[in-house]
Amino acid sequence: MLSLKTPALPVRSAPTHDPAWLGRVFWFSLSLVLLWPLGVATEFKPWVLLEPQNVKISAQFIGSFWPLALDAEFLTMVARDTWRTVAMATAGVTLALVVALPLTLLNTRVLSVSALSGRMARGPYWLRQSVRWLLIFLRSIPELVWALVFVRVVGLGPTAGVLAIALTYGGMLGKVYGEILESGETHATETLLRNGSGRLQAFFYGLLPTSAAELTSYTVYRWECAIRSSVVLGFVGAGGLGQQLDNSMKMFEGGEVASMLLVFIALVALADRVSAWLRKALG
Amino acid sequence: MTQARAANDTYKLPPPLFNARCKACWFVAALLLLVAVSFWTLDLQWGQFFSREAARSMGRFVAEFFPPDTSPEFLKKVALGAWETLAMSALGTVLAAVAGLALALPASRLHDGDTAWSRTPMRLVLNALRSIPELVWAALLLISAGLGPFAGTLALALHTTGVLGRLFAEAIENTPPGPGAALRVQGVGNFRVFVYATLPQVLPQLMSYTLYRWENNIRAAAVLGVVGAGGLGQLLAFHMGLFQMNKTATILGAMLLMVAVVDAASHTSRRLLTR
Repeated sequence: MLSLKTPALPVRSAPTHDPAWLGRVFWFSLSLVLLWPLGVATEFKPWVLLEPQNVKISAQFIGSFWPLALDAEFLTMVARDTWRTVAMATAGVTLALVVALPLTLLNTRVLSVSALSGRMARGPYWLRQSVRWLLIFLRSIPELVWALVFVRVVGLGPTAGVLAIALTYGGMLGKVYGEILESGETHATETLLRNGSGRLQAFFYGLLPTSAAELTSYTVYRWECAIRSSVVLGFVGAGGLGQQLDNSMKMFEGGEVASMLLVFIALVALADRVSAWLRKALG
Repeated sequence: MTQARAANDTYKLPPPLFNARCKACWFVAALLLLVAVSFWTLDLQWGQFFSREAARSMGRFVAEFFPPDTSPEFLKKVALGAWETLAMSALGTVLAAVAGLALALPASRLHDGDTAWSRTPMRLVLNALRSIPELVWAALLLISAGLGPFAGTLALALHTTGVLGRLFAEAIENTPPGPGAALRVQGVGNFRVFVYATLPQVLPQLMSYTLYRWENNIRAAAVLGVVGAGGLGQLLAFHMGLFQMNKTATILGAMLLMVAVVDAASHTSRRLLTR
């Protein structure tokens, strides 16, 4: 564009080389230099993978993936554990709702009566702030750590997994519900509150109808995530597909590992589909 | 007029609660059934959990956490673990961004005339990488990469490759086709079209996806070690296994701090960027 305005310059033909190559080479080498300490810290030595002994073990393990384990006894066990995984996720998300809903009601700024006239009063403000901190605390501890703790208290089994999902996901749901409710159209709610309706009434007739679809769709998405994490929770002893996978891996039963991985991929894909379909239906 | 009249005209009445033709009603019924069956089949030990015995053991458990071990040498160890976690997540994300871009190209239709025969199989590969969680990858990789952060880094990289590859492929397919077409009619090859027309357009989006995944990966890397793949998680599993609760408390504190810092940083940076 510039050359059009200054006709005194000679007409340049298109450059045959990349005019910015110097900068590109510089940034590329700088990033390599910056990555170096990361490689040191993570003991990043890819050639370890190619050491003859490691290659032998890996090849043996991967070779044992085929044939898949398909005997009836194993398949019934996998089916039962798959159901347990789904059930753990479902029960966990249900309990997470029980945790999240009251906290959301306490937390939502739109439902504050004192905030209608400018600033929120001090009491409600600190109540909301402490609920917010509680939610941050709940979701900051990963569900795997909650599960490790609960396994110590209630013993091995799905109870620990369900509780772990309930607490972490309660925190996440509570936070996001609050954000959804406050980002939506709040005019109706405000009008209701100004005209003397109670907070619950304002919530059910003003706030909830405008954002119900979004809330449901987020909950469905979280259910899908919970299925994925309930497999992982099995690795610390919460039962389900993860625990069986861990056992088979420790016994080097390649066929069983491969079959369970396939089941797991199918399960995740199915949950993905169901959740996408539901969210689309919700609009 | 013997018939009793409804208080309102029929069209003003609320719809009946259940109606065999209403899909949503069936759906809600199925959902309730799923929840009920889930609780029923799981043999959850609520009795045990809410018993006085459990409350006491929970109390003892929490009491053992205090005071957290704050001796300088242990804090140094925890700091090292935190740095290892951070390095694992960063390196894993970088590797995943590179591999994701490499896999996203065959997984996307680059222009209208592209046959893209590799699109479907590549997407299957990406989906498979994505649907196996980091922790499972880590447990699998321990066999060939051995205990330590290297296995964790690779595990993060593999899972994230699946996630980023899919996102990258969508981004590449959605780029405005104009600049690419302009080069293509001049007879420029596919590689140079991508590097000089498509990539500059999608780069900001790719960067933002990558940063978002990095944030997720820091959280994931903190717990990966539970199966022995390095970082804070490995310290946690080790000291918890030895019932050294004071040290466990310090590590938990470090994890909380790390997640909180990452959350705050991403929140502020997002606010600064979108202002």
